[in-house]
Amino acid sequence: MKSEIQLAFENCKKEKRPALVSYIVASDPSKKKSLEILKSLGKYADILELGFPHSTPIGDGGKIQTSSYRAIKNGFKMKDVFHIVKNFKKTIKKPIILMGYYNMIFQYGENNFLKDCKKAGVSGIICVDLPWPENQIFAKKCKKKSIVFVQLLSPTTTKDRMRKIIKNSHSMNYLISILGTTGSKLNVSPKKILKNYNDIKRINSKKNLVIGFGITNKTIKSFKSADGVVIGSTLCNAITNSIKNRQNPALMLNKMIKKLKRKIS
Amino acid sequence: MMKIKKGIPLIDQYDKNFMWGGKFGGNFVPETLKKPIDDLNRLFEKLRKNKSFIKERDYYFKNYVGAPTPFIKLQNLTNYLGGAQIWAKVVSENPGTAHKVYNVLVHCLMAKYAGKKSVCTDTGAGMNGKNTAMVGKMLGLKVKIFMGLVDIKRQKKNVDVMKKYGAEVIPVTTGSQTLVDAVSECMRYFVANCDSTHLVVGSAVGPAVWIRICAWSASQISRELLVQIKDEFGKIPRKLKLLNCIGGGSSALGFWNEFIDYDKKQVELIGVEAGGSKKSKKHAAPLTNGSKIGILHGSAQYVIQDKDGQIGETESISAGLDYPGVSAIHCFLKDAKRARYTSATDEEALNAYKLVTKFENISPSLEPCHAFAECIKIAPKLSKDTVLCINSCGSSLKDADIIKSKLGYYTE
Repeated sequence: MKSEIQLAFENCKKEKRPALVSYIVASDPSKKKSLEILKSLGKYADILELGFPHSTPIGDGGKIQTSSYRAIKNGFKMKDVFHIVKNFKKTIKKPIILMGYYNMIFQYGENNFLKDCKKAGVSGIICVDLPWPENQIFAKKCKKKSIVFVQLLSPTTTKDRMRKIIKNSHSMNYLISILGTTGSKLNVSPKKILKNYNDIKRINSKKNLVIGFGITNKTIKSFKSADGVVIGSTLCNAITNSIKNRQNPALMLNKMIKKLKRKIS
Repeated sequence: MMKIKKGIPLIDQYDKNFMWGGKFGGNFVPETLKKPIDDLNRLFEKLRKNKSFIKERDYYFKNYVGAPTPFIKLQNLTNYLGGAQIWAKVVSENPGTAHKVYNVLVHCLMAKYAGKKSVCTDTGAGMNGKNTAMVGKMLGLKVKIFMGLVDIKRQKKNVDVMKKYGAEVIPVTTGSQTLVDAVSECMRYFVANCDSTHLVVGSAVGPAVWIRICAWSASQISRELLVQIKDEFGKIPRKLKLLNCIGGGSSALGFWNEFIDYDKKQVELIGVEAGGSKKSKKHAAPLTNGSKIGILHGSAQYVIQDKDGQIGETESISAGLDYPGVSAIHCFLKDAKRARYTSATDEEALNAYKLVTKFENISPSLEPCHAFAECIKIAPKLSKDTVLCINSCGSSLKDADIIKSKLGYYTE
């Protein structure tokens, strides 16, 4: 049986556009509100990433850090992320990918974590600080549960390493566009990023590859040819702004994701 | 139980995942850092066998740091406590006034070998920052220092020195605004600039290769001490105890390295963590207080955290010990039962400062005062032929304001 993630990519390919992948942090600004936001994104996003916030996020830039700290301050607990996913899936059938740092999974227990992922309806996992080959055992456990473990590739990944990672990967991988943390300024040309993208696709064209980090409403249209684009910091920042301006973040993000979708359709 | 192999340096006792005892250390890092880590590993393995690199390192250790640093008997304190003989290795007697100079020198020389023109680093008490600024200037490297805003305020004297040497000090305003956040922010900067910048991690923490380089560099302390002890006593005393404060744990690894293979009944290794204020539940003593294994800054270690895995807030009067985790090698030494770990409170450290400066002509910073506190506790109960040696790894000048506000006076 094809995974929800694979089906999402296939649907997008039929519409000749990249999959739009959104990212927000669970429980930002609260458990209830972030479920509302996720639902509002779910109308337009094809795949939804949900971050479980960590207090020491070494791979994240300021915008996602702000969202993470806000969620933790507002009482985020690991079980909340499953609550949000479960409730989202009751009404919207789009695939959800959980994203976070390994210590949270480690403390929850890998097996326990995967069991709860399965129960809630999680389709994939991205673990920022569990690179290949250290992630081999965990990735296998994911596969057994039919959960996609998304491998990350970056501009510093050597060709040889790329080949090994792709060979061991599941159906979806994630290309970090630039040297930097999430939300960094796109300091290289989209052309160069796409060259890197094409190099990876040439290794195995069947594996879906999304591009993330530093993608904004200004740069998104440059990546129309990719299998998918991830938009995260921009959304997290919009939540911060809507709180500041006493607006409804769900409404704001709904408008925003609609616009983003139009730019790649 | 975990076992330490004899005759092999501690820094080389890791497994295929770069972990000590199969549990501690490793490389839990974003993909982007994998290649810089591989490169640094290769460079380190090459240079540690390279005779001209070692010659250059030793040249700077001798002529710049001033090896060997003094090994002195604290006779008045010994008389006052009336038990074991108390000795100090005054590592702070170097231009950088702390042991950090060894790690920094090696990293800066490595950066030069790698053709990098700039280095970035983190700092808590400011000792690592100050040393990086100082050595960086000498070797013509551009220096960026990440420091928590709380630490910038409480260790202002060191910040002034960093700036004097021309380093850029970047205030870190996230989280608790202390060392843990400075390390995170510095790593983030490195992720974005790993092609042009060399990362100096300020202690024996972070991904495995930085732990190894740091412990390898600081080992100069125990190489000197071994010779000094043999000169003084003719041999290694039958009862020797080496006391060291533990934050990240770099000075202790340097202080203990040459003594690891001795039987622990002969050479006992005692690490003293920061217990925080007597009145507070917060502390910075993950080894003493039984914290669980977790991942922090790319390394598996005992770390202060909650049930979910969020890193906990720490508290200590000493900025240099104010870190929720601890070097993976110390976790290994604890589980292998080679070293014993305990803690001292803020109050005990201050009291130790009072006693040491009253009786002796040294003025240790609040970090080594934690080790002196343990010495004051145990020395009266020990026999006169026991030799207690404390690593006085930092000087107190940076703490002048804190000490003055707590005790009403300050003795340089």
